[in-house]
Amino acid sequence: MNKIVMCYLAVALTAAIAAGCGGSSEPVTANSSSGAGTSQALQINGAGATFPYPIYSKWFSEYNTLHPNIRVNYQSIGSGGGIQQVVNQTVFFGATDGPMTEDQLKAAGGRILHFPTVLGAVVPVYNIAGVTGELKFTGPVLADIFLGKIKKWDDPAIAKLNPGVTLPATDVTVVHRSDGSGTTYIFVDYLSKVSPQFKSQVGVSTSVKWPTGVGGKGNEGVSGLVTQTPGSIGYVELIYALQNTISFGSVQNAAGEFVKGSVDAVTKAAAAAAPNMPADFRVSITNAQGAGAYPISSFTWLLLYEDPKDKAAGKAMVDFMRWALTDGQKYASDLGYAPLPASVVMLEQAALDQIKVS
Amino acid sequence: MRSSDFGFRVAVGAFAAALLLIVVAIAVTLVNDSTLSIQKFGLRFWGTSNWDPVAGEFGALPFIWGTLYSSVLALLIATPVALGIAVFISELCPNALRAPLIFLTELLAAIPSIVYGLWGIFVLVPAVRTVETAMPESLRALPLFSGPPLGVGMFAAALILAVMVVPFTSAIAREVLRTVPPSQREGAFALGATRFEAIRAAMFYARTGIIGAVMLGFGRALGETMAVTMVIGNNPQVSLSLFAPQYTMAAVLANEFTEAADALYLAALIEIGLVLFVITLFVNMLSRGLIWSMARQASPRRSVLVPRGAEA
Repeated sequence: MNKIVMCYLAVALTAAIAAGCGGSSEPVTANSSSGAGTSQALQINGAGATFPYPIYSKWFSEYNTLHPNIRVNYQSIGSGGGIQQVVNQTVFFGATDGPMTEDQLKAAGGRILHFPTVLGAVVPVYNIAGVTGELKFTGPVLADIFLGKIKKWDDPAIAKLNPGVTLPATDVTVVHRSDGSGTTYIFVDYLSKVSPQFKSQVGVSTSVKWPTGVGGKGNEGVSGLVTQTPGSIGYVELIYALQNTISFGSVQNAAGEFVKGSVDAVTKAAAAAAPNMPADFRVSITNAQGAGAYPISSFTWLLLYEDPKDKAAGKAMVDFMRWALTDGQKYASDLGYAPLPASVVMLEQAALDQIKVS
Repeated sequence: MRSSDFGFRVAVGAFAAALLLIVVAIAVTLVNDSTLSIQKFGLRFWGTSNWDPVAGEFGALPFIWGTLYSSVLALLIATPVALGIAVFISELCPNALRAPLIFLTELLAAIPSIVYGLWGIFVLVPAVRTVETAMPESLRALPLFSGPPLGVGMFAAALILAVMVVPFTSAIAREVLRTVPPSQREGAFALGATRFEAIRAAMFYARTGIIGAVMLGFGRALGETMAVTMVIGNNPQVSLSLFAPQYTMAAVLANEFTEAADALYLAALIEIGLVLFVITLFVNMLSRGLIWSMARQASPRRSVLVPRGAEA
């Protein structure tokens, strides 16, 4: 008898505690303590893409030494998470490797602007017995390999591009990313542009349904699988391949040249896209026209509201962006990112004026 | 009843109730956040194999299959080893060896799963590939061994899971065997039993606890994420082949959750979590039922002792 009463009491008590917690919960701390003077510290929260995290954290720490009162806290939770949090306004700014879709933009409480910050690229890496030199690929051949249509390394399509290279008659093992990733987005965006079949069968997203192959987690997972599996081909970020001195193949660009991924070739791809840059910067620069442009390149974007609720934080972010687009760009190459071409920086400086900071 | 006693009972009762609340809250959240996917796909979600984030088509079958297949395989490999360790430590081991052995098995349990995963990629996977390549063509023709020799795949995942499960199963089985009263063994010896027969009698006596230990290992295998995703190949397909790359529910969650920006995609991933939750619940209930029915079959006096916590 007593026991039952106790049990009820206990449940009631827990419920009361739970309800109490729910009722009295404080509203989430504001993104910034909008100080009256500049002396007060300003904390700005952002979240998003993991790919630009090294350069962003470098920027935020450098900027903090220049402006000790401004502290930016950036969580690299992934592009998807970044978009979601900026739409829900749980962070002040977001960051993404793939531009937001119309639906996502509509879901936001205000107009969101895209600002390219740096550039990245994706390179094909492979491990074929007896092949030490650099292989040449075209977009359609890469698409057919990743569609599973080219099954052997001595396929005439590959052999034709690489005269003089003895290709073995071994099976092709495709290695792709298993985790949702901006790297995948850039790669399939390119393959979809050069292969209608890839576009209709696979499509463009941070995670796609691969027709063949095995998935590795992260750049390290893909490169680990490629180095260990004879006859395999995968794709990794240019930075990752450069830092780990992994050899990679060159890809034919829209102008017909075979270009090897490099910081220079990526910036050239962005410069080629600059004259036709849409006003909102939501542009894919894969398969860019122009001499020397590396075809599997992409911007990475920072997301800001046009009319931010917190004006102090808005002003600070605009100031920061102006610094990042000019002085900040010099940190890019050392970290393996391609800096923005001057033409794009000019367009962005003008776009920053749109942000209502007062 | 004294007042301090009363307060104590309320406090611990509240903790117990909190446990229940947490489970219910998890279930409610999972159902709530996956509504979009539940409404769109219904039961089809459980039975179809198409997982296409671009087209917005989601079916969980390959992940359910991969999770259950890898966990069952891991159990088949781990259980004999874990029970062997438990029997050796509790029955046969010289005293001087006992403490180091217990320490070593517990050390295995303390290794982070990402470390297991890295070890899997760099040591286990190449070894598995060597075995696969060395396998004669006649065997490779069997559905169980079909597919190219990649190294990564179901077999590597089952092996790594087995290594991770062994310390848990063996630790609990060992404790269960320790609770067998000495009179049982003495009785067996008195009847002229050999060492082996006496141990068999002790194990029979402790069988419900041992099943509990095995099921705990199964539960751990079902939910293991990091190490598995690094070696299983992450290809959503339903295949009997041990060498085929496959996928598990926990792995797809870890892989795709961060970049899932689309509402339906996110709901489908959360529904995967719900499916995993339901399957874990079902497995736990099954093991409970098994233990209960065995306990009932035993003598009416319920002589079989199941330590609390070991049966879950």
